Amino acid sequence: MNRVISKSGNRAIADSADKPAELDRPITGVPDSPITRFIRDVWLVCRKDLLIEARTREILYTTIFFAVACVLVFAFGFVREGRPVQDAAAGILWISIAFSGTLALGRAFERERQGETLRALLIAPIERPALYLGKLLGILILLAAVEALVVPLVALMFQAALFDHAALMLGLLIAGTVGFAAVGTLFAAMLVRARSRDVMLPVLLYPITVPVIIAGVRGTAALLMPEADEPMARAWLSMLVFFDVVFLTLALWTFEPVMTE
Amino acid sequence: MIVDFEQLQFVEVTRTFGRRRALNRVSLTANAGTITALLGHNGAGKSTLLSIAATLLEPTAGSIRYGDHEARTAGSALRSQIGMLGHDLYLYSELSAAENLRFFAKIYRLDRIERRIDAALQRAGLSERRDDQVAGFSRGMRQRLALERALIHEPRLLLLDEPFTGLDEAAREALRARLGGARAAGAIVLLTTHDTAAIESLTDAAVSLVEGQLQ
Amino acid sequence: MKKLFVPITVLAALMFAYAPFMILNAPYESTMGLVQKIFYFHAACGMAMFAAAFVSGIGSAAFLFGRKPSADRMAVAGAELTSIIGLIVLVTGPLWARKAWGVWWQWDARLTSTLVMWMIFNAYLLLRRYGGPGSDRLAAAVALFGMANVPFVYWSVNVWRTLHPKTSVIPSLQPGMRGPFWFCVAAFLLLFTVLLALRTELEKRRQQLDELYLAVEGD
Repeated sequence: MNRVISKSGNRAIADSADKPAELDRPITGVPDSPITRFIRDVWLVCRKDLLIEARTREILYTTIFFAVACVLVFAFGFVREGRPVQDAAAGILWISIAFSGTLALGRAFERERQGETLRALLIAPIERPALYLGKLLGILILLAAVEALVVPLVALMFQAALFDHAALMLGLLIAGTVGFAAVGTLFAAMLVRARSRDVMLPVLLYPITVPVIIAGVRGTAALLMPEADEPMARAWLSMLVFFDVVFLTLALWTFEPVMTE
Repeated sequence: MIVDFEQLQFVEVTRTFGRRRALNRVSLTANAGTITALLGHNGAGKSTLLSIAATLLEPTAGSIRYGDHEARTAGSALRSQIGMLGHDLYLYSELSAAENLRFFAKIYRLDRIERRIDAALQRAGLSERRDDQVAGFSRGMRQRLALERALIHEPRLLLLDEPFTGLDEAAREALRARLGGARAAGAIVLLTTHDTAAIESLTDAAVSLVEGQLQ
Repeated sequence: MKKLFVPITVLAALMFAYAPFMILNAPYESTMGLVQKIFYFHAACGMAMFAAAFVSGIGSAAFLFGRKPSADRMAVAGAELTSIIGLIVLVTGPLWARKAWGVWWQWDARLTSTLVMWMIFNAYLLLRRYGGPGSDRLAAAVALFGMANVPFVYWSVNVWRTLHPKTSVIPSLQPGMRGPFWFCVAAFLLLFTVLLALRTELEKRRQQLDELYLAVEGD
């Protein structure tokens, strides 16, 4: 056999015919219950996404910038004589979240398309719903970071007292973002191999998340009124939570059949 | 649930995409400890066959048996015995070599993860580059890493799509050796290629696909 | 089913021929006058539209979880009919609204949820057309989500504002109006059934054609 020096100069390559004796067919780690396994898988996928994002911060920065740009553009549309039109703040906030959320979803799954890593995940022994939830969690954390910036920005630019009823406001934001992202993650995942996926995602997502937008905007507007209508905001919050439960369940249910061709 | 099997069987498998028939009543059997080559031109249906074997695609007709199991009933446990290396390598370019391996090792619920990673990196000749991002690797380095990633859980069924493409002679030799090792350990290896020279004296069986049909 | 095609079509045609007479003889509504008579077609179409959407949603669920091609054919047919009948609803509605309320459009529960549902099924058709291979599964998921969505849209806009006559207007219809109304509903539902069956049959023929094509070129 010729002596081969590979490009990396590492002669270990030529010895690869022998497997290290101590590593026989691998046994899996301590067997745990399906639920522990499920949660662990969700966390593994999410952590991987966050790790990648922490490296490049590409989606984070571009989404934040886009959200800010959205707010600005809408501001020019809705500010009259230097003062914001009433109720504009609520609408602008949620529209910016929806637009930037769609963008983030598209980018996150575009990343999985390169190297076809989504296929590798589908071949792996994780339950498909765990894959879905892992991705969803990653998106939610990203959007939380974006909203942490956009909400104060809107409060500032539109003199909107968004922090007066912080608990309810936070509840609306969380419930609304979860609803939006739950549907969005499913659609973005299923469109990964489809044609025209860039335009298909908003086309499919916006009509279905109309209730989220309505509830989010009306709930926020209720809180921004001179005498905040808390019961109203709470009613909208409960609708959002109900929406989240229904659509999360539906998404978990349909993820497997939709991802298998 | 531990799922294992000694044989992969395709029984009259057909797969159509609208008007295009990618596979036409394909039947083949591959046993543990063998390497089977799927030959054929582009578009002959080789990748489709691999995707079906990997449980990514469902057949339009026919069935696939993994020993006594079927994909639909065996569930996710079956997938822990399947390893695949596609043309796109399935690597995260923003993560380092070690991180890629670690992620998949954890997904496959392996034990002694760090030792396996070390051994895999050594086999790939990437021990010194273990903490470098894959984005900076050459094609050859990525392929070596991708192969180790596909093999890290030592699957029973190993599916490789055109693994010899773009490799230099040293790398081919290494790959041949690696596959020989896998065969010795009892794996069922199914690889596609249109380069018959590369697989000379390596394979135990070769089947040819022409327009979705076995010749 | 096929044997009934012609008789049902004939029946539906006759009913449509007769409908204008019934409508003409129906009593005038006190406030809106002649314009109110659009209601007979508009509301009947609304019912047919929801029937179509329902069929599409159920078919999509059966296709996603049961993998039956016949379910998918029904889903497509239903979606196309939702789109077409929906168009009729969304055109006749504003025509009526303009005269009755003075505005072309109002953001109330019924209108908004109808519009959103119409858009969802248009999105379904767009996806099937432009989504490439495998889009039948994806579209089925969209239809399913769309169906689940409608009550939410309805509820949320309802809480927000309401101007549209509530559903309760039907039981409170004047006796003279009930006859023509249910007659029109029956006519439209018959028409809907015929169109659905025809479209499903067309889809089946198309798939058979694909299979023949494959059979010829394959062996």
